[in-house]
Parts: sequence; structure tokens; C-alpha cells
Amino acid sequence: MSVAATRGAPYHRKPWLKRMADSSEPYLYSAPALILIVVVMLVPLVLGISYAFRDIQLLNPFSGGYIGLEHFRALGQDDAFYRALKNTLWWTGASVLLQFVFGLILALLLDRPFWGRGVVQALVFLPWAVPSFLAGLNWAWLFNPVIGPLPHWFFALGLMDEPGNLLSDPRYAMWGPIIANVWWGIPFFAITLLAALQAIPRDLYEAASIDGANWFQRFSSITLPFLAPTIAITVLLRTVWISNFADLIVVMTGGGPADRTQIVASYIFTQAFKRLDFGYASAIALVLLGLLMIYSMLIILLRQSLINKD
Amino acid sequence: MASIDIKNLKKAYGTFSVLHGIDLLIKDGEFIVLVGPSGCGKSTLLRMIAGLEDVSEGEIQIDGLRVNERHPKDRDIAMVFQSYALYPHMTVAENMSYSLRLRRAAKETTARAVSAASQKLGLDPFLERRPKALSGGQRQRVAMGRAIVRQPKAFLFDEPLSNLDARLREQMRAEIKKMHADLKATSIYVTHDQIEAMTLADRIVAMHGGVVQQVGSPLELYDRPANLFVAGFIGSPGMNFLEGRAEDGGLRLRDGSLVVLGALSKDLKGQEVTVGVRPEHVVLHHEGEGMSARVDLIEPTGFGIIVHLQLNGLPIKVFTLDRSALSCGPNIGVTLPAEHLHLFDAQGIRQGA
Amino acid sequence: MRSSLLPTVAHRLAIFAYIIFALFPLFWLLKVSVTPNDLLYSEGVRLWPSQTTFEHYADVLRHSAFPTFFKNSVIVSGSTAIVVTICASLSGYALSRFSFRTKYWIIALMLLTQMFPLVMLVAPIFKILSPLGLTNSLTGLVIVYSAFNVPFATFLMQSFFDGIPKDLEEAAMIDGATRFVAFRQIILPLTLPGIAATLGFVFTAAWSELLFALMLINGNDAATFPVGLLTFVSKFSVDFGQMMAAGILALIPAGFFFLLIQRYLVQGLTAGAVKG
Ligand SMILES: Nc1ncnc2c1ncn2[C@@H]1O[C@H](COP(=O)(O)OP(=O)(O)OP(=O)(O)O)[C@@H](O)[C@H]1O
Ligand SMILES: [Mg+2]
Repeated sequence: MSVAATRGAPYHRKPWLKRMADSSEPYLYSAPALILIVVVMLVPLVLGISYAFRDIQLLNPFSGGYIGLEHFRALGQDDAFYRALKNTLWWTGASVLLQFVFGLILALLLDRPFWGRGVVQALVFLPWAVPSFLAGLNWAWLFNPVIGPLPHWFFALGLMDEPGNLLSDPRYAMWGPIIANVWWGIPFFAITLLAALQAIPRDLYEAASIDGANWFQRFSSITLPFLAPTIAITVLLRTVWISNFADLIVVMTGGGPADRTQIVASYIFTQAFKRLDFGYASAIALVLLGLLMIYSMLIILLRQSLINKD
Repeated sequence: MASIDIKNLKKAYGTFSVLHGIDLLIKDGEFIVLVGPSGCGKSTLLRMIAGLEDVSEGEIQIDGLRVNERHPKDRDIAMVFQSYALYPHMTVAENMSYSLRLRRAAKETTARAVSAASQKLGLDPFLERRPKALSGGQRQRVAMGRAIVRQPKAFLFDEPLSNLDARLREQMRAEIKKMHADLKATSIYVTHDQIEAMTLADRIVAMHGGVVQQVGSPLELYDRPANLFVAGFIGSPGMNFLEGRAEDGGLRLRDGSLVVLGALSKDLKGQEVTVGVRPEHVVLHHEGEGMSARVDLIEPTGFGIIVHLQLNGLPIKVFTLDRSALSCGPNIGVTLPAEHLHLFDAQGIRQGA
Repeated sequence: MRSSLLPTVAHRLAIFAYIIFALFPLFWLLKVSVTPNDLLYSEGVRLWPSQTTFEHYADVLRHSAFPTFFKNSVIVSGSTAIVVTICASLSGYALSRFSFRTKYWIIALMLLTQMFPLVMLVAPIFKILSPLGLTNSLTGLVIVYSAFNVPFATFLMQSFFDGIPKDLEEAAMIDGATRFVAFRQIILPLTLPGIAATLGFVFTAAWSELLFALMLINGNDAATFPVGLLTFVSKFSVDFGQMMAAGILALIPAGFFFLLIQRYLVQGLTAGAVKG
């Protein structure tokens, strides 16, 4: 008993130490990631937000002072910004919708076993690995009548009066980056949706078949409800990424012709690095961030209600 | 080997209370079986002893030492999981030797311990295989082997046989019993299986809703259940219950009819009681003798026969070895022998001897 | 039998169409890169030139800083992939296995980082890094890319960990392992597909990054492939053969890496993420 008492004593004395060790464990694991995020993203974000209320122009040595909401007032009267906002809606909406539809079809096609599926899957997912600026260049070249085949094909099909460059036609220029974006982004949707499809228990389909459900009924009563939460989160992430994603536009059209392809993200880029007005660029970025957060809230609420339904 | 002393142990997840103060002293070398309905906290109790769940209140002692704050690795306890939890990327031999390798035991010691265990469990042909390439029964043995190589202070089993088929379960049950006779290791065993509980246990702990209902040897629980819950839970087919008011001649049921039971304890007269009787203790007669009952259903089990009766509108199960019961008519006579009756008061507490 | 023939044919045709759509642009890149300059315009829309040449590749490799770009990109992408995978394994494990008070705040923070217009961060990051001597340095790029990729990689790793039963590390802890040893010896080896997927995902992302590579680096010495390619394009904007040869070269490592890991992506996501 004396042995027990002496050996037992430390344990009696230290429960708070053990409690602290226990509760700090998850933080120890997340610390490296959190430090990275806070130092390289959160602190700069706060700095960036402060820029939105300051006059920061790289070429003007007298800038730097606080100007309150001046940038936002200017933004309210900036027609170029409203046009960019409209273009962003169009660019994001069309890209996400097309990527989603084609991604879903591809996932459904790949969900069926067939000979050579592994290779096919690798090939159709390959565009995702292409660096985005290279994808942009690649498609710009394809649209270029000098070395690209597309204008000649469009001409042959009667879609164009002459083999010209789609990217310099103000009416259709936005389609260039959208097509490149769809090409590049289908795999992301296909990968996540395929994973979700493969997680659906097969016997559900068998049971539905025995109950006499046809393909479309099975799709709408089993597949879609199962996919819905994945679809919601994937669409959310993609929307947010794509509306921030200026690479393709900067590389392919630079926002032209006549600002027809200028989206908010590329407008920020122009303000910051062509006009070197970081204050104004930050103000626009802040507005975009706010809009995206509102949008995300809505999607998350929607997803929550989808999950809670069943 | 070790004794385990559990004192007023409580567990709550947030505001949801799972264990409400468990007291249990497990002697060195004892085989304890925990039984109880699903969700009553058996696994929680086991996992707290192993150190996988924090203690909300109370104390766990192993060999007289408080271990509440000890990490599972420092408790020297082995556990066999229902899912076996074999390491998929290790061979059978590596699975079994993992704990010894963690302790940096000498190579020869480890090899000897593994080969002794594998011999005992008939795993020699499979030592170099991965768990994926084993049958369910073989995996179960590996899980047992992993537990015994390290000669821990105590073994914990959480429904270790429930993923096996009936035949294999019977076989493993016997092996576990042999192993315990061999190693004399303190063991705590959770099961849903009545026969496992009855055959393996030195003492059974019956739990319900996070509270220990009764602790005792299997036959104690079977013959003298402390309350209605234990009476109904232990035994298969389960005990028959008749509820009513105790009177001189027997039990006055709700519908006003009287079931003749001989003498009920006098202090209970006029009170609401429940009378229990095990199916094998109900005596069947030809029609006309005893109380008259209607036959609802006859289930031959091979070994015996289960007859479902209606006695004054109450369902009664009878277990008999007499095959003539198979051909009985639509009505039959029954008596409920006084010496086999269990009497419970309105609170469900056992009354009398 | 006939009733099932039609859907099968339609299925194969659709698959074929997807393959063509996915590969045609890359094929065109390859085609122009091996077309001799004098045939480029005369055989503009032909599917394959009547003569092929590798001189564009030779030019790119010999007369430009591409070998340096290539080396820099490999260093940056490789280091980023390793750093992110280590950090994301740890944090993904924490999100998967612990329930702690600030968990949902951490998740929200990580989601929020996905919404930043990164352009907004260029100037502040520059301001933070330059006193540390981390601008115009590969280390600085690795740090920045790691931070950008850690949130998504964390979600990815979390989904892989969610697919591995908790029993396993509990068994290991009972066997005598600390939680960290159980994580390293039991859980990590089982997550190898997930680790491969995360490595590949981050590698390709870092390989493609243009904005910060452009802003934080000046001069050729620390320039990465995208920057090199872009300056190359603006300088030689008429020499399509060389540009596309450079493009093909830029594509090879990322494409190769991706082909290796893409099936683990599907597997891993099936196991975890999509359920919750
Ligand atoms: N992590 C947890 N958080 C909240 N409640 C929990 C948690 N783990 C278990 N519980 C609850 O604790 C109660 C006891 O669970 P436990 O697993 O111990 O039951 P059990 O007796 O082992 O049941 P079974 O026979 O089905 O295995 C259950 O009501 C369960 O819902
Ligand atoms: Mg349990």
C-alpha cells in the first residue's frame, strides 16, 4: 500500500497538467497550417483591408494617408466597375454551369465499368494538370487564325463570315476565356462527382430497378439526392475560385476588346499593376470578398437544409 | 495480473449523461461479463477503463493506483475490438508483435512470444499474411493473439465474437474460456450473447441506462434476479411476467380475473406486484387440470419446444422437453409452481427470497 | 441484346468526344511545336505537318534560360508540395479526429481564405517579405504557395483520414503507442494514396502559379516556368514553334505527376469528403 501511495501521488497532483496537455493536442497538430495561414494570408488580408481606406499609389510619394470611405464613394460612381461586375456574373455563371453540366455527364459516363476505363479517366482529367496560364495561351493560339484551326472550322461551318479571331470580336470575346475555363475545369467537377457517385451504395439502384424504376427515375430519386450535398459544396468552391480567377482573362484578352471581357478580378489586377493604385484595388477587392461571403453563406445554408432533410 | 477498482464512475458527453456512478471491484484473475441493452454504456465503461475516454467523475484504480489521468499506453491493458482493428499494412506476425516492438523488447523475446501465441491460436500458417487475406475467424484469432503476446494486466473485450457465425462463435467461446483458465488474466468482456455471458463469466454485471442493476455469478442472476430488468434480460426465451394485485388465492389481474398461484408473501397483500416465472418452470397438463390456457403457437427448436399460450388474455411462453406438447389441442392446462415464482414490487424490486 | 447495344454505342461515342475535347488543344500544341517554321503558315490547318522537326525544342533549351526556369519550378513546386502535405496531414488529422472548441472557427477561416481575391494580398505580402529578404527568393515563393494551398489540402487530407476507422489508432495506443506514434506508424501509411493525391494536387497548383511568381520575383535567376514562359511569349510573340515547344516542356512534369495520382484523388474523395 505504501508503494501504491508513493507511485500514485504524481497522478493525483497533475490532473490540470494532463487536462492542458489533452486540450492543446489538436492545436499542436493544426499549428503549422494555422501559422502559415495567419502569417501569409490573414495578416496581409488585414493590411490589404486597411489599404482600402488609404490613398496608396506606388508612383505618388505623397500618398499613404487615410481617406476614409473615399475609394468606396469613387467605386459607386465607377461605370467600369459595374460593367466588370456584370461581366463577372456572366463569366462565373457560364463557366460554372457548363463545367458542372459537362463534369456531371463525364462522371456519369465514367461511373460505368468499361474496358480501358483507367486510361480514359487519366486522359480526360489531364486538362486539370495544365498550368492555367498555359491553358490560356493554348486556347488563345487555337483561336488565332494564323496558327489555330478553330477560326477556319467556324468559317467552314458558316458560323463566321471570315476566319477571324474570336477574342478580338467584342460581341463574342468572352466566350474565348469561358471555353478555355470549361475545358480546364471539367475534370475538377468530374473528379468530385465521380467520387460521390462511387460512394452511393449499389444495392439502392438494384432495389429501385426491381421496383420498376427506369433510368431517369433512378437518376432523379437516388443519384441526384445523394449528390446534392457534394454538388452544393463543389459549386460553392468553384464559384468562389472562378470569380477570383483572372489568369485566363489576363493571358487571353487582357480584359479587351473594349473592356468586354474585363471581370472584377482582372479589373483589380489592372488597377493594382497597370495603374499602380493599390488603395483603390483593395477597395474593389474588399467589395468582391464581401459579395462572395454573402454568396457562400447562402450556399452553406442551402446545403445544410439539404442534409437535414434526410 | 491486476485488480480493477471502479469508484462512483460517471461519464457525460456535454450535458448528456451516459454513466451515472458505477461502482465495481474486479478481483485479480476474475472474468467479468458486462451485459445490457444497446446504448446502456457498456462500451463507454470499457473504453474508460482502457483510457480511450476521459473520466467525467469518479475514479478508476488498477492495482490500487489511480489511472484516470494515465494515457492508454501506460495502463498495460489489452483490448480486443469488435472490428478487430488489425493494422491492414502489417502482416499477422507484425500485428502481434507491434506492442512489444513499441516497447523495444529484445528480438528473441518478441519472436518467442509471437510464436507461442500463434501456436496456441493455430495461426502458424498465416504469420506472413496480411489481415485482408484472412477469414473472419482467423482475424478474430489475430486480434486475440495481439492481446495475449504482451501479457497485460487485464484484457478488455468489446463484443469480440459478434461478427462470427454461430458455429465459429461457439468454438471461439470455448477457446476464450480455455485461454482464461490458462492465463488467469483479469478480463472484462462485453457481449449481447446470453450463452457467452453465462458460460464465460465468473461474475456478470447487468447494466441498464448507465446504472449497474445487479452483479453476481451467472446462476445468481438467473435464479435470483434482483429486479424486473435483470429478470427480463437474462434468459432466453425470456421470463414471463404477470402484473396485478396480490390477493389471498393468487394474483388479481387488471381485467379482474384471478390467477391461482398458491401463497404469496403476506406483507404484499393488496399491493401492485409483478410475478415472474421462467418458461421452463411452467408446468403443462391435459385440459381440465390447473388453469386453462389457449394455445397460440408451437415452436419446436429441436432441443425442446416453445409453446406460446394465452392465460387470461396474457401471453405466456412455456419451454418443455416433452415432445407430446407438439400434438396438444387448442386448450391446455397450466400451473405456475410456487417454488419457482419470482416476485417483484411496484418499483420492480425483488421481494422475498 | 439489341436493346443494350444502342446505349453502349452512345456511351462509347460520348467518351470518345470527351477524349477528343480534352486532348485536342494539347495535340495542337505538340503539332505546332514540331512543325518547321517554313511550313507553319502554308500548312496551318493540317492535322499533322508533312515534315517534323525538333529544332524548336533544341532552340528553347539552348538559347534561353529555360533550364534555370525548369530547375526553379521543380524546386519551388516540389518543396511546396512537401511542406503543404506535411502541414495538411497534421491539420487534417486534427480536424478529423478531435472535437475542440475552435474547430469550426478554423474550418471557417480556411473556407474564408478560399474567397480572398489574391491580388489584394500582393502588396501586403511584398511588404512583409521584403524586410526578411524573402522577395526575389525561392524560399519566399515556397512559403507563400504553401500558405495558399494548405487550406484546400487540409480539407482533402481530412477526407482521407475520415475514411480510416478510429479503432486503428485506439488499438495502437492501447498497444503502447503515443497518439503521435500511432498517427505516424499506423494512420499515415494507410493514407498513402491520400498523401500521393495531395502531393500531386499541390505540385500542379504550385507549378501553375503566375501572379505571385511575377510580383515577388524579378530577374531570371529565381524566375519560375510560368514567368519564363510569359516573358518568352511577350518577347518572341511571333515564333510560335518555340513558344509551343516551351509550352510542351512546361506541361510535362505537371502532367506526368497528375497522371500518376489522379486515381487516388477519386478513391480518397470516395472514402471521405463526399459523405459529410
Ligand atoms: N462520442 C459520443 N458523444 C455523445 N454520445 C455518445 C458518444 N459515444 C457514445 N455516446 C452515447 O453513449 C451511450 C452509450 O454508448 P455505448 O457505446 O457505451 O453503448 P453500448 O452499451 O456499448 O451499446 P452497444 O451494445 O450498442 O454497443 C449511447 O446512448 C451513445 O449514444
Ligand atoms: Mg458497444
